[in-house]
Amino acid sequence: MAHYESNIREPLLLGKKTYHQITEDVARPVEGKANKYWWMLLTLSVIAWIWGIWCMAYCVGRGIGTWGLNRTIFWGWDITNFVWWIGIGHAGTLISAVLCLFRQRWRLTINRSAEAMTIFAVMCAAIFPVLHMGRPWLAYFVFPLPNQFGSLWVNFNSPLLWDVFAISTYFTVSLVFWYLGLIPDFAMIRDRAVSKGRKLFYKLLSFGWSGRAKDWQRYEEVSLVLAGIATPLVFSVHSIVSSDFATGVVRGWHSTIYPPYFVAGAIFSGMAMVLTLVIIGRKVLNLEEYITIQHIDTMNRVMLTMGAVVGIAYFVEFFMAWYSGDPNESFIYLSWNNAKGVYGWAFWSLIICNMALPQLLWVKKFRRNLYITFILSIVINIGMWFERFCIIVTDLYRDYIPSDWTYYSPTYVEVGTYVGTIGMFFTFFLVFARWFPFIAQAELKTTLKATGDLYHNPPRQLPRKEEVLMPQNA
Amino acid sequence: MATYIHALYNDDDRLIDGAKKVREQGFPIKEVFSPFPVHGIDKVMGLSRTRISICCFIYGCTGFLLAFWMIWYMLVKDWPIDIGGKPNFTWYHNIPSWIPVLFEATIFCSAHGMALTLLFRSWLFPGVTPKNPDPRTTDDHFLMVLPAQNEEDELKLIATANATGAVEVKRVHA
Repeated sequence: MAHYESNIREPLLLGKKTYHQITEDVARPVEGKANKYWWMLLTLSVIAWIWGIWCMAYCVGRGIGTWGLNRTIFWGWDITNFVWWIGIGHAGTLISAVLCLFRQRWRLTINRSAEAMTIFAVMCAAIFPVLHMGRPWLAYFVFPLPNQFGSLWVNFNSPLLWDVFAISTYFTVSLVFWYLGLIPDFAMIRDRAVSKGRKLFYKLLSFGWSGRAKDWQRYEEVSLVLAGIATPLVFSVHSIVSSDFATGVVRGWHSTIYPPYFVAGAIFSGMAMVLTLVIIGRKVLNLEEYITIQHIDTMNRVMLTMGAVVGIAYFVEFFMAWYSGDPNESFIYLSWNNAKGVYGWAFWSLIICNMALPQLLWVKKFRRNLYITFILSIVINIGMWFERFCIIVTDLYRDYIPSDWTYYSPTYVEVGTYVGTIGMFFTFFLVFARWFPFIAQAELKTTLKATGDLYHNPPRQLPRKEEVLMPQNA
Repeated sequence: MATYIHALYNDDDRLIDGAKKVREQGFPIKEVFSPFPVHGIDKVMGLSRTRISICCFIYGCTGFLLAFWMIWYMLVKDWPIDIGGKPNFTWYHNIPSWIPVLFEATIFCSAHGMALTLLFRSWLFPGVTPKNPDPRTTDDHFLMVLPAQNEEDELKLIATANATGAVEVKRVHA
């Protein structure tokens, strides 16, 4: 046996899988035909996306005056959605990089889809700051270009510029990490392909991978080092996003707790999104034996832990605002004045969705129940959206001068842009689930003997070692 | 014309076992094709350790220095400005707020440099023809390519492959 694993641990791969069976199960959705649910979901997503594109085009054509922002509340849905999408992306890197360093084998059946989620989420996120520029055709001004393009260089002391560097690095590094993982799996599909078109398509995608020993040796080293690099990267990205607020002078934003609190919140919402996607994915693609109830339970535990960190951060924010005795601080997003104010509905949505309901996950029965987990994962994502909404809007709406106090509601253009990014996200994800191997099969095969049910509980009918080792030939 | 023995296994532990036996008899192993990384096969084959992580470190240092030079040139040398009474005329007063960009540039160069090095050294690009002789080696089979000098060697290698549980042994002239 290549790895030693205690028999006390439950197998992570059910259903007596062999190497070949993994290949078959991963290739089946790619080689088969899409069912009607896939087409239905794709149609819905594309319609939402098209509406979003229309709203974005309208916004670009007429300017951001089409949004409901005003002089007091200068950031609204737009930046809320940006932070929300970036946060969602973080769970993918957590699963593929941080859990890789911790040698967590349960990550292997979900890392591929989680990384895909990261990439699509960051693409959605990037739309919002670009639209917020008002003149997106000048977006290249954010890059350090020579003076002829403008009057000055970019300001490296500004957190908004840090964001440009952080997010472009995060996106490209995640993309490379994801694609390198896909190469051997594309090669597997290429070598099985029957039709000429499919063979050519996957030959191009697999970069001519042939699985030589030296290639594997380099590949493994690169994967490990990339995981080591991506780990501080993922923590830096949301810390920098939080610095957009934390380095500002707006009370409520100017808070030293923000970087760790944002990272925990990001992983919290990202885990919830992974659960939403994976619970549907395992059913639609018949991968229940790969993404088991145990995987769902483990993800729920990570989510519960992160929810607890976020909850403590809320409490600290609330307490410090009260304890400071500063009248300005008593109007921040986590304060009684906000809870009782006109944005009380947003405050209570945040508390109920993010602090109260996730506590259900302390109960093992709920953690292992798909329906409850699925509903909770959506509730948490709604709660995390409200967290960003509260931070942005309810820290702004009670400005220093009472004559500036105001209210903000989004217009259909803002709502449409948001719905459009959700449509775009799901369109990309559905296309990914259809043409890309949903599970990192090459990496999964390395742990089959340690985590597979076949090797944990060898069948009694086949006591001889030979037959267990090569069941398809027996 | 060289002759090769292609020994096909369907289990990674048997492959390692077979490779060890071949090496014990003093034969070289030209290549091993496998569907996933088989740990330990590189040592048995006598492959040296990859130096790609050293490259990564060098790329990271390069990225850091390039970013430092870029920020210094743009903010201190070329066009220094005084924003809010906090001038950026000196690098040592400003460096704390450069750390995020310096960090990201280091990561950017190390990750992409390393990935590109992998692609170039292993020659992986769109359109490259794969070299695995048997399509089953990306599914569940493991192929060992053993060069043979003469007929005596061929017979020895075939016997070793069969004895260690190879499911298919072929003589290939290339």
